[in-house]
Amino acid sequence: MVGAACAHYAARAGLSVTVLDRGPVAGGTTGAGEGNLLVSDKEPGPELELALHSSRLWRKLAEELPAAIEYETKGGVVVADDATRLAALRSLAAAQSDAGVDAREVSGGQLRELEPHLADGMPGGVHYPEDAQVHPALAAAHLLRASGAEVRCGEEVTAVLTAADGAVRGVATASGARLLAPYVVNAAGTWSGEIARMAGVRLPVLPRRGFVLVTEPLPRVVRHKVYAADYVADVASGSAALQTSAVVEGTAAGPVLIGASRERVGFDRTLSVEVLRRLAERATALFPVLGGVRVIRAYAGFRPYLPDHLPAIGPDPRVPGLVHACGHEGAGIGLAPATGVLTAAALTGSAPPLDPRPFRPDRFPDPCAAPDRRPR
Amino acid sequence: MPTSPSDPHRDASGEHAVRSGAGVFDLVVIGAGPAGLAGAVAAGELGLRTALVDAAELTGGQFYRGPSPALGARRPEALHHAWSAYADLRERLRHCPAVSHLPGHHVWSVVRDPGHADRWTVHALTGPDGTDRAPVRLAARGLLIAAGAVERHLPFPGWTLPGVVGAGGAQAMLKSGLVLPGRRIVVAGSGPLLLAAATSLTAAGADVPALVEATGYLGYARHPGALAANPGKAAEAVTHGGALLRHRVPLYARSAVTAAHGRQRVEAVTVARLDRRWRPVPGTARRIACDAVAVGHGLIPQLDLVTTLGCAVRPTADGTHAVATDRSLATSVPTVWAAGETRGIGGAAVALAEGELAGLAAGARLRGAAVPPARTARLRRRIARLRSFADAMAAVHAPGPGWPEWLTDDTEVCRCEEVTADRVREAAADLGARDTRTVKLLTRAGMGWCQGRICATAVACLATRYGASDAGPAPDRRPLAAPVPLAALAELPAESGPKTAEPT
Ligand SMILES: Cc1cc2nc3c(=O)[nH]c(=O)nc-3n(C[C@H](O)[C@H](O)[C@H](O)COP(=O)(O)OP(=O)(O)OC[C@H]3O[C@@H](n4cnc5c(N)ncnc54)[C@H](O)[C@@H]3O)c2cc1C
Ligand SMILES: Cc1cc2nc3c(=O)[nH]c(=O)nc-3n(C[C@H](O)[C@H](O)[C@H](O)COP(=O)(O)OP(=O)(O)OC[C@H]3O[C@@H](n4cnc5c(N)ncnc54)[C@H](O)[C@@H]3O)c2cc1C
Repeated sequence: MVGAACAHYAARAGLSVTVLDRGPVAGGTTGAGEGNLLVSDKEPGPELELALHSSRLWRKLAEELPAAIEYETKGGVVVADDATRLAALRSLAAAQSDAGVDAREVSGGQLRELEPHLADGMPGGVHYPEDAQVHPALAAAHLLRASGAEVRCGEEVTAVLTAADGAVRGVATASGARLLAPYVVNAAGTWSGEIARMAGVRLPVLPRRGFVLVTEPLPRVVRHKVYAADYVADVASGSAALQTSAVVEGTAAGPVLIGASRERVGFDRTLSVEVLRRLAERATALFPVLGGVRVIRAYAGFRPYLPDHLPAIGPDPRVPGLVHACGHEGAGIGLAPATGVLTAAALTGSAPPLDPRPFRPDRFPDPCAAPDRRPR
Repeated sequence: MPTSPSDPHRDASGEHAVRSGAGVFDLVVIGAGPAGLAGAVAAGELGLRTALVDAAELTGGQFYRGPSPALGARRPEALHHAWSAYADLRERLRHCPAVSHLPGHHVWSVVRDPGHADRWTVHALTGPDGTDRAPVRLAARGLLIAAGAVERHLPFPGWTLPGVVGAGGAQAMLKSGLVLPGRRIVVAGSGPLLLAAATSLTAAGADVPALVEATGYLGYARHPGALAANPGKAAEAVTHGGALLRHRVPLYARSAVTAAHGRQRVEAVTVARLDRRWRPVPGTARRIACDAVAVGHGLIPQLDLVTTLGCAVRPTADGTHAVATDRSLATSVPTVWAAGETRGIGGAAVALAEGELAGLAAGARLRGAAVPPARTARLRRRIARLRSFADAMAAVHAPGPGWPEWLTDDTEVCRCEEVTADRVREAAADLGARDTRTVKLLTRAGMGWCQGRICATAVACLATRYGASDAGPAPDRRPLAAPVPLAALAELPAESGPKTAEPT
């Protein structure tokens, strides 16, 4: 997704762009996640700004791209299950409002109007009308096609070529091809650390696994994206241990999607019954009516995760010509357009629409001293 | 490691002790068809504490669907042999206290026990359609996967009309409930199951106006060695053929049903001749009136559990995949064996022999049981002979590359998600989906209720035809072998402690 957005905005800025991927379109994490475009789950700060900017860009893209990308602004509802969590949620929402988010507190009764099948006794929550979604794989495929960039699937980058002065000259691929270009954009998602290494720099991108459950098709029982207030804390956590809090949403096609676990276990795809159990437990706690509904599928994806939970976007001062656009963790679909715009700005030297400094790719000190390395 | 049957299995939470016979089983056999039944009996008679698990209420799998005695009077001789082998096994099962038969248990996943690396946990659902919410778990030191096969379907315009059913499905319906899908039934597709289906349908009183086979039956003649080595098979084919002649069933070889017509349900089909590549020959189409179509293109091994377990698979002569095993039927994953259709389509006789061999191998490995070498050698010879015939047959009935030519752009390929042939073409040719997995991702083909169990073959063929590489060496991963109610998942006992931390 991120590579498609970079290609789109770079081509629109007049550059000639070639996109290389070792697999098919959307064969990485983009094809193994969900397509929520959320502002609700972000605390005020650089990521929220990136999200708000992206949210506007997604609205425009939705008008330009075919309806097949399934863009829908259905809104998010965050539910607190006790008074303490409600108080915390309320203060988060107030801060988000100040940052420009449309956040509307709702009472327990109003929650029921928004989501008639929600469990009894929820004291209240916050409604975020700006939260939207797309079908991530279709969005990536259509955006890439619309970009007009030359797309070469099945080409694995094996080396980043540099000149005597250390500047990038292009890449070499497994098929023996050498593509020369003054700029190389590293949008290899969870595998971006390897591309960085090929260029001789360190970028500590790690996989953070997530499972999604897909139910049998249902008539609309869940209208918004609904999640429990503790999700926000999980997203921001750096712990390697398993965290689960259900994000429940209905889809146009009928199935209800239930995400999203987070754990750092390397690239292990093995089904974890414990993860399924926890997701199911959290989802049925929010929507008891789902108890009798059957899960027909479960899949796992690997979020590209950087230790401070911010993506790396922009030129790498250590290697002239190398530009990173990666490490978006659980929000790469949502954050892709603004990332593409920032990347295009870096490539053309034009003024960026928002401050790119928090996303500086060389912000991680060497040797590894990431803040969350404490095992727990 | 505690292994004796009397050791109660404890799980982390203390509650939810494993139901259906607490304790660790030596062997859990999944599937109680001919292969699983033979395997459980062989293992149980060697003293292994064995569970025989099947979603169905009765043993016998697809072949011995009850209430068979009702058909007994017309049962051709060749089938009767297999029937008596089955009756014998059922009797031995009754007298084998080491084997617990657990009917109505639908296995949705098998995973390594998080607490014991050398044990498996088998998760099953019970109740009608797996709707009981109380989940069942079995602990096992070894597994025998004998999950059988599912029918292979190729779409054609009109195949979603009511009245179009699977040939094997019609056969199964008939065997278990003696229900006919219609009165005037065209039988079509490819493979030996068509003969069996047409015979049963006519015997049950249906009129079969056409038996349409995409290959020439002559195909068998090219493998005379295999046929000669399998007199039983030849006799079976002759018996069916004779029955069909008696009922005056017209045979259309090298032909296919290329469209079904009707408004509320099927009223007629178009039958056309095919060339060698299975392309319809222009000008040969004819219309045949009917009120049902039983169509099938052979069987595909049921691999949901084995691929999730990580067992290696091998490509088969008819373009699908089957589990790879060594000569003792052990898969690439230690303590997991496989037998029957899961190892490749071969019929009930080979399933019986393989089940027995796998049961013996498990006994030797898990309990050090002594197995007479002569018995093993005899089984191996029998399996080799039957498998060579089966492989020859598989090669003959593999779908020809030209079948997609009988599709129109708006033919639904995936019926659950209503994905048309044209959308598959668009994904493969225009949107950069280079492999079948991505075609599915971009179209949702195979993502619906059946999880691609019906359309996977067709979608893969079409995707390849429109430029996708079928690079996917392995069949689809389906981590859930059956739909599971959320409440059943939620009620599983919690695993204690984080087991997920990375080393650093
Ligand atoms: C379960 C789950 C749920 C999620 N839900 C959401 C959500 O609701 N909303 C949201 O915004 N985000 C979500 N995400 C996160 C989102 O999916 C990712 O942030 C996003 O897909 C990252 O996109 P990307 O383009 O950076 O990476 P990818 O999609 O992984 O693309 C990277 C590409 O680089 C290619 N590549 C790697 N190495 C090489 C090489 N050497 N040569 C050539 N090509 C190479 C790969 O083949 C791959 O196609 C979720 C993730 C998961 C796992
Ligand atoms: C629809 C159909 C109709 C057929 N009709 C005929 C016929 O008329 N004549 C003929 O000669 N051959 C027929 N066959 C082929 C014949 O059934 C096989 O050759 C033979 O039964 C193979 O034995 P098996 O033990 O390998 O598999 P099967 O007999 O298929 O047994 C597999 C068993 O595993 C069980 N199972 C699978 N997955 C699970 C799970 N996850 N949890 C619990 N249980 C599970 C199934 O319920 C089934 O009982 C048919 C096959 C099919 C699929």
